[in-house]
This record gives sequence, C-alpha cells and structure tokens, in this order.
Amino acid sequence: MSDPVSREPVLAVDGLSIGFQTRRGLLPAVRELSFSVRSGEMLAIVGESGCGKSLTALALLGLVPPPGRVTGGTVRLEGRDLLALDEAALRRVRGARISMIFQEPMTALNPVLTVGEQIMEAILEHEPVSRKAARGRALALLERVRIPDPERRFAEYPHRLSGGMRQRVMIAMALAGAPAVLVADEPTTALDVTIQAQILGLIDELRREQGTAVVFITHDLGVVSRYVDRVLVMYAGRKVEERGTRDLFADPLHPYTRGLIAAQPRAGAGPAGAERQRLAEIPGTVPALAAMPAGCAFAPRCALADERCVQAVPPARRAGSGLVACHHAGETHAV
Amino acid sequence: MALPETISLSQARTDFRDTTVGRLLRRPSALLGLILLAGILAMAAFADIAFSGDPLDMAGMPLLRPGEDAAFPLGTDMMGRDLASGIFHGARVSLLIGGVAALVSLVIGIGIGALSGYYGGRIDRALMRVTELFQTIPPFLFTLALVAILQPSIATITAAIGITSWSGLARLVRAEVMRLRNSELAQASIILGASDARIIFRHILPNALAPVIVSASILVATAILTESSLSFLGLGDPNVVSWGGMVGAGRETIRTDPHVAAIPGVAIVIAVLALNLLGDGLNDVLNTKGERR
Repeated sequence: MSDPVSREPVLAVDGLSIGFQTRRGLLPAVRELSFSVRSGEMLAIVGESGCGKSLTALALLGLVPPPGRVTGGTVRLEGRDLLALDEAALRRVRGARISMIFQEPMTALNPVLTVGEQIMEAILEHEPVSRKAARGRALALLERVRIPDPERRFAEYPHRLSGGMRQRVMIAMALAGAPAVLVADEPTTALDVTIQAQILGLIDELRREQGTAVVFITHDLGVVSRYVDRVLVMYAGRKVEERGTRDLFADPLHPYTRGLIAAQPRAGAGPAGAERQRLAEIPGTVPALAAMPAGCAFAPRCALADERCVQAVPPARRAGSGLVACHHAGETHAV
Repeated sequence: MALPETISLSQARTDFRDTTVGRLLRRPSALLGLILLAGILAMAAFADIAFSGDPLDMAGMPLLRPGEDAAFPLGTDMMGRDLASGIFHGARVSLLIGGVAALVSLVIGIGIGALSGYYGGRIDRALMRVTELFQTIPPFLFTLALVAILQPSIATITAAIGITSWSGLARLVRAEVMRLRNSELAQASIILGASDARIIFRHILPNALAPVIVSASILVATAILTESSLSFLGLGDPNVVSWGGMVGAGRETIRTDPHVAAIPGVAIVIAVLALNLLGDGLNDVLNTKGERR
C-alpha cells in the first residue's frame, strides 16, 4: 500500500469483442477494445448509452448476458485469462479478485436481510472465517465506507437507509473480498448531486488506501473528471480516444470527445442578463448496431469527415501519453 | 458530511414484520378468519380433554337432536356416536391432513418452480411439461384414483392430495423466480461470487414468498375440502373420525335428521372460510407492501 500505483497492470483487456447473436447474424456491440489498469489507478470508460460500456463492464466479470457473447480477445486479471475460466473458477474470482457496484443500490440489496447479514455473507462466501470474525470484519467495512454509527446500521434493513447509504453498503459488500479490481457501473447516476460527490470521493479514497484498481463506467464526463487518472472514450463499440484526464480536457483530440466536452452544461455561466450560450450538442444519433458504417462510426455526425473517414476505420494512433482513433486527430480544433 | 444521508424518509416506519401483522389484524375479515382458525386449532388441541372417549364409539341413544340431551349438546348420529366429540376429533384430522398435504405441495411446487425459473432453458421446458401433465388431469379424480390404489389411510390421503395439488404453485413460483433471477439483486449476488444454491435460497425465495404464503392458506383449505370429499365418498381413513366422513354417514338420515349431516358440514364451511379470509387478508397486506415505492 506504500506504492499504490505499480508498473504491472492488474487488469489487461486485449482486443475484446462482444457481439449479439441474432437471427440476422452476429451484431458486434464492442469491437477490439483494449485497455489496462494498474493497481490503485482509476480509469473512466465514457460514452453514450448503447456504446458498449456496460457490456464491457459485465464482460470483465464473465457475465455477458445472452444472446450476447464474447467473440474475441482476452481479459487478463492478475495474469489469468478470465474468459478461459469455467463457471466454478469464475465464481471464486468474482467478489474476491474483481468486484462490481451498480447504478441502483436499492434493487441490488436484499430487502429481507439486514445490511450486516449481507456484508457478512459477502465475506463468508470467500473465506472460511467464523461468524464472529465475519461480523467484526463487516463492522470494520461499514466504518471504512464512512457509515456513521455502524453498530446500529449493521442491524438495519436496506429500506431504512438513504440512497447514498445504500450505495456505501454496496461498496462495502464489493470490498468484502478485498478485490484487486473494482468495476463501478454508473454508481452515482441514481444519487443526488451532493451525495454523488461524496460517493466519488469515497471510491477515490478507498482506491488510494487499498490500491484497488477502479474501472469507472459513466456517461457523464464531468462527474469523473476530478477523480480519475485516465479517460477512455467509447463510441459505437470502439475506443476513440484514451488519454490522461488532464490532457484530455486540456486538448481533446477526437471530434467526438470535443463534442462531449462542449456538451457539458456549465453552472454560473454568467449572471442574468449576460449573454447566454446555447448548450452545444452533437448532431445526429449513434448508428444502430445493424447499420454500422464501413468506415469511422462517427463520420455521419462529424464536421471533419471526408472520403477517407467513410471508407476506412481509423486506426488508434499514439498521441502524447494516450491514443486516439481519428484520421483528422488534432488537425483543427474548430468543430 | 453524513448528515444529509441519515435523514431517511423511512425513519418513522417500524419494522417490516410488525407492520405486516399489524395491518393484517386491522382488517376485519382477516381478523375473523384468524379467530375462527384459532377456534378450530383449540378444538383440535383440546379434543382429548373435552371428549376423552373414542369418537367412533357408541355413546348414547341414536339420533338425538341437538339440545335434547345435555350430555350430547350437538346430538348423536344413527349409530349413537357423539357428534360434538366427532367435530372436535375431526378437527384434528382435517387440520393434520390439510396442513401436511399443503406442506407436501409447497415442497414440490417451490422446488420445481425454483429450479425451472432459475435455470430456464431445457430444465425449465422439461419441468413445465411435467407440471402441465399434472394440470391437465382433474385434481380430484387424480386424488381419488391414487387413494383407491394405495388404500385409504391418513398417510396415503395426505400424500395423494399433496402430489396432485402443487402444479399451480409451481407455475407461480417459477414466474416469481424468473423475475427475481434477472433482477439486480441476483446480479449483485453473482458478482459477489455467490453459489446458485445461495442465490436461490437466500436471495430469491425469501423475496418470492408473499404470493406463496397467500396460496399456502388456500392450499390448506382446498386440502381440507378434498379430504372431506374423499371421506364423504367412503374413501377416508376408516379408523379415524373426519368431518367429511360424518357428513357421509349422515346422508342416509338427511330427510328425518338433517342435523347429523349439517353440523359437520358447517364445520367444514367454517374451516374453509377461515382459511380463505386469512388468505385474502394476507394477499391485500403483502401485495401492497410488495409494490415498489
């Protein structure tokens, strides 16, 4: 824990492709996605709904729901390829080495068990400790996720807790097995803005304390910008840009990323009477899975698109510390 | 920092179980059902104390009307058997068979429903075909046939009723389990590495219990009715007194002494009514509670 960010990636995804098997054939939803996360590092995967980010999150735990299936690539967790493991081996990895939290903490908690019982269960699932020891650990976990008066909350049912508290409980359960990687799929979307910041702050603290690698899935670039080290932008199943957070905001290279950043609403844009700016938007919609263009998927919505973009998928190219997949990357910033 | 989170809208609400029972007791029909059921349970419990002799023994003059002889408040049948004693001892048989048959039915129904709903696919299809097979055979005729083959006794009657009455429950449980299996609750358990058995027994079934509890009370009522019908037709256990058997015995004197058949008939009605009222009350209370807020 003295050196939270080690060199060796704890999670390495290479060429991951996920498709949906339909009557009309295999529809690719995620295409050749590669990224890696090191211990104590926080990576955000950002994109619109349907870009494949949640599917990617589920694939990291070997949980792609049918009719979806992984059609290629590897997911290496601490050197082991998760996609090659059988169900029994996967069960031992889930919760213990890689864990996940969700958007809706209410529906993910069992309404008929107390908070404490559920956390104890998460501990006992992976370690043969006594119930008394598990109880002590569960209380410690409640404390670690900054739940006030953990003794009392321990015996309480989920419906008695607020949304923020429930998400803290979910995080405590996810951390029960001391996983190396925590996947967070829009964990703050269902929460109030003030609570959002608290939960994000908590995740940030925990990964620093424990060296847990965090993969943070979100559609909201603004929410994560303060906490994550790197941002991976996905569009229509592909990675279009992956950069250090500061670089990305200072100098977004992909036209889609630029559009996303421009589309952030900014509070306090000026007092009443001052010039009001219309919120920027990206014209058009994400192409349907069945009607993916042959070239760059963003080309139909892109102001810079030309013949090359329509014909060939742009390869990922180095751009400083990161990667970008655009034929026109960095050409001109006027979109 | 924790202050805004601790203010929960549910702070004022008391514990889940308390409110369920509390709300059940506040419903007049459910309360009536509970009181009637408690009365029948008391009759069954104190049958040996109130009427110590064998209820099948001849006790007095045959065909005494209720109130005619203070020793036989409900009168006697044509064999001179005490009807009041029969009602008390019959309550035991009815409740025993009703309860155990419902239990057998619950075990089979929940088992098949849970497996079917959780695993889906081929297991689901196979189990549902079996269920449909049971659903297409008229349950009473099926029970009748089983009892006739196995020889009537309390054990065979109970088993036969249990075996023939689980199909509806299995479908109900299957639907509930399917819904919960795809919920975030099950997903979250899978992500934490829980085993299938743990997810089913710890997370899915307890949350699917509300409709099961409701149908359990109806199952008991149906089992009591079925047992009565069997006994009425002479397929009851000949060694014990049962309400249906008493009605059957009173059939021959129904024109001259209708009370012999009517009194056990009323007992059956009250028992079935009590369980149905309770089932209705539970349905109202548990279903509104189950709605998402």
